[in-house]
Amino acid sequence: MAVYHFTTPLTEEDVRKLRIGDEVYISGLVYTARDAAHQRLLDMLANGDELPFQVDGSVIYYVGPAPAPPGKPIGSAGPTTSYRMDAYSPTLIANGERGMIGKGPRNRDVVDAMKKYGAVYFAATGGAAALIAKTILKAEIIAFPELMSEAIRKLEVEDFPVIVAQDSYGGNMFEEGTKKYHKD
Amino acid sequence: MREVDVEKITEAVAKLSIDANYYIPQDVRSKIIEMRNQEESPVAKAILDQILKNQDIASDEKMPICQDTGFAVVYVEYGQEVRFVGGNIKEAISKGVAKGYTDGYLRKSILLDPLKRTPNSGDNTPPVIWFDIVPGDKVKITIAPKGGGSENMSRTKMMKPSDGVEGFKKFVIDSVVEAGGNPCPPGVIGVGVGGTFDKCAWLAKKALLRDIGERNSDPFYAELELEILDKINKSGVGPMGLGGNTTALEVFIEQYPLHIATFPAAVNINCHAARHKKIVI
Repeated sequence: MAVYHFTTPLTEEDVRKLRIGDEVYISGLVYTARDAAHQRLLDMLANGDELPFQVDGSVIYYVGPAPAPPGKPIGSAGPTTSYRMDAYSPTLIANGERGMIGKGPRNRDVVDAMKKYGAVYFAATGGAAALIAKTILKAEIIAFPELMSEAIRKLEVEDFPVIVAQDSYGGNMFEEGTKKYHKD
Repeated sequence: MREVDVEKITEAVAKLSIDANYYIPQDVRSKIIEMRNQEESPVAKAILDQILKNQDIASDEKMPICQDTGFAVVYVEYGQEVRFVGGNIKEAISKGVAKGYTDGYLRKSILLDPLKRTPNSGDNTPPVIWFDIVPGDKVKITIAPKGGGSENMSRTKMMKPSDGVEGFKKFVIDSVVEAGGNPCPPGVIGVGVGGTFDKCAWLAKKALLRDIGERNSDPFYAELELEILDKINKSGVGPMGLGGNTTALEVFIEQYPLHIATFPAAVNINCHAARHKKIVI
């Protein structure tokens, strides 16, 4: 289990280095999107509209942050459950998305796209929302402000801590970790 | 009759909403520390350390422990000698939730229409409120902000009487293990058994209000709680589902008499941010 420091955007070469259990510290720009924003991104792609950020090489963080208190760029900002994005991720991965940050496992369709195009799924610690907020230096809403906490935000992050939970070779830490520590 | 001004209730609910979201209950924290020290997986240990550090940052910097500051579930037990004055008690509670979620910079997660999924109410109202009348002249208010990720992994099942105790245990354990990392383990598992379809689910949620270590007063159920907890922690699911011996902090069962033809059971999962806060007025 290796430790990496990456700055976004990610390349296919970056992603292919990663294996489940690796610790990664992400810096640079990360974009936020949850269910409602994903639906809109896919609608825009279907209509041939220009997306609000460059998907190629992007890392998308599944989060709906708490409001920023005075003097802070953002409120608490931990990951939401990822399976709700499973229906949308293969299309974004085919369009160049390289990394996804959330919690809980992804389905077969997402894994197939990750293997085919070279993308990785990172787990952040669910509920570690104040700790993660400290790694976010700047936050700006760039699309769908009417969605409030679900709007798309551009985050500038420094050493955002994540673990490779599912890699681009089909490795799945949820399955392997559970098997390893299971006792009869 | 003792008169209680509903304005006092509004103030209390606002403060409870904020405090419940900023400060983890000490018993929950102590249990996480205890289990962290027995954890075998290095990754799980690192996750539990992050969870503990996050609790420190949240209380020091007055930020919510989790960005999902939940659906505000409010339990009001009021003495039959109490008379509320100065307004409508339900509106007073709702006003308190709106004030707490606004003043405390808590996330507003409530959509007013479940099928159109819009609009957001903007102040996290309405809450879910449960009233109960008890002897005396006091008012006890408990607020339990409930996150969506763990709520989504909860289940109700109308079992058959022939399923027996073994079927009940299997239902509870399978519900938690199949939920895996989704509900942010290690959390508290609330279980309801008996009653009607609705009463059973209500009991499962009410069970989440117990303090860590507070066993069922019936020795049969107390033993069952510990047996199920042990089996869940041997499943290997671990913190955030990434493997380990720490999957649940507690299993609490609440039981109620049932109809001869039925055997309802419900599992309500809480995350490691097992938030609840109470006040007596």
